Amino acid sequence: MSKTYDPIASTTLTSNQTDVEFTNISQNFTDLILVKWGLQNAGTNMVMQVGNNTYDTGSNYSGTQVFGNGSSALSDRFANDTRWFVNFSNSNTNAITSICQIMNYSNTTTNKTMIVRNSDGSFYASAYVFLWRSTSAINRIRMTIGSSGLLSGSTFTLYGIKAE
Amino acid sequence: MALTYVKIASATVGAGGASSIDFNTIPTTYDDLVIKLSLRSTDSAETAINLRFNGSAGSAYNWRSLAGNGASASSGNASSVTEIFGGRMPSSSYTASTFSNNEVYIPNYRSSTNKSVSIDSVNENNSSTALMVMVAGLRAVTDAITSINFSAPSGNFAQHSTAVLYGISRT
Repeated sequence: MSKTYDPIASTTLTSNQTDVEFTNISQNFTDLILVKWGLQNAGTNMVMQVGNNTYDTGSNYSGTQVFGNGSSALSDRFANDTRWFVNFSNSNTNAITSICQIMNYSNTTTNKTMIVRNSDGSFYASAYVFLWRSTSAINRIRMTIGSSGLLSGSTFTLYGIKAE
Repeated sequence: MALTYVKIASATVGAGGASSIDFNTIPTTYDDLVIKLSLRSTDSAETAINLRFNGSAGSAYNWRSLAGNGASASSGNASSVTEIFGGRMPSSSYTASTFSNNEVYIPNYRSSTNKSVSIDSVNENNSSTALMVMVAGLRAVTDAITSINFSAPSGNFAQHSTAVLYGISRT
């Protein structure tokens, strides 16, 4: 039976945390899928940085979003930032599902693109396309919400997909 | 190495159509669930898909949607209703032999928390209004999901509609 979403690593928070990291990511896959589910502090953005051996903290991140909050459909973007703004939480009682897909993460020829689908059934549905302006392979990913804003019970799972 | 996307069950609608597609007695051995659907309605106007869990029609569902029809974008919502809006499918008046492409992702379906659902639904009709819909769903009930039901407000699922339920393991 062929393998599809190969689990690389998974973590379930047992306490509130500021960061969740996946490091030493295998370079043997074609694409990565990261599924984040759980609660966040209200009024917070979960941000993401990536890198090769060290995190890129330069102004090399950008993104465009389409967003629906139940009454309005909106689109916005950011550019030349030091991280990706992956999702937003307006409540600490409803879990947000963020499904992140990074294509061709291990090549050293193209800038890296990520697509994210966010779902918060009490607030919004959104889709984001992100760009990291670097041709470096990605071997680490860090998600952050300050002041221990990633709440206990949240799960983060990284899968690899191999095109073969 | 562990396998993911393990097929649990599938359904194909036969001649005469079907009023619902049900997945019952879902195993408790996975972490997440994914349902991939290809649907068409027998109704000439109805295109909505309803999603319920555990046979419950109680008013514990909420959802937010974002849609584009080729001319405009819109957003919808409902709170404390009896089902999650599961996306759209072609009605019987759409281009023949055309079915939707839908995916429902349910993380942590066994958890003792409220259930979050991510739905992507697309239809392309080549003529009349088509739809791309994203839905964020919430079932404000903490019991584990043991069954999943798809239905339509009116009409049936047409012959050749399909649905496949997969389980995803994190390890």
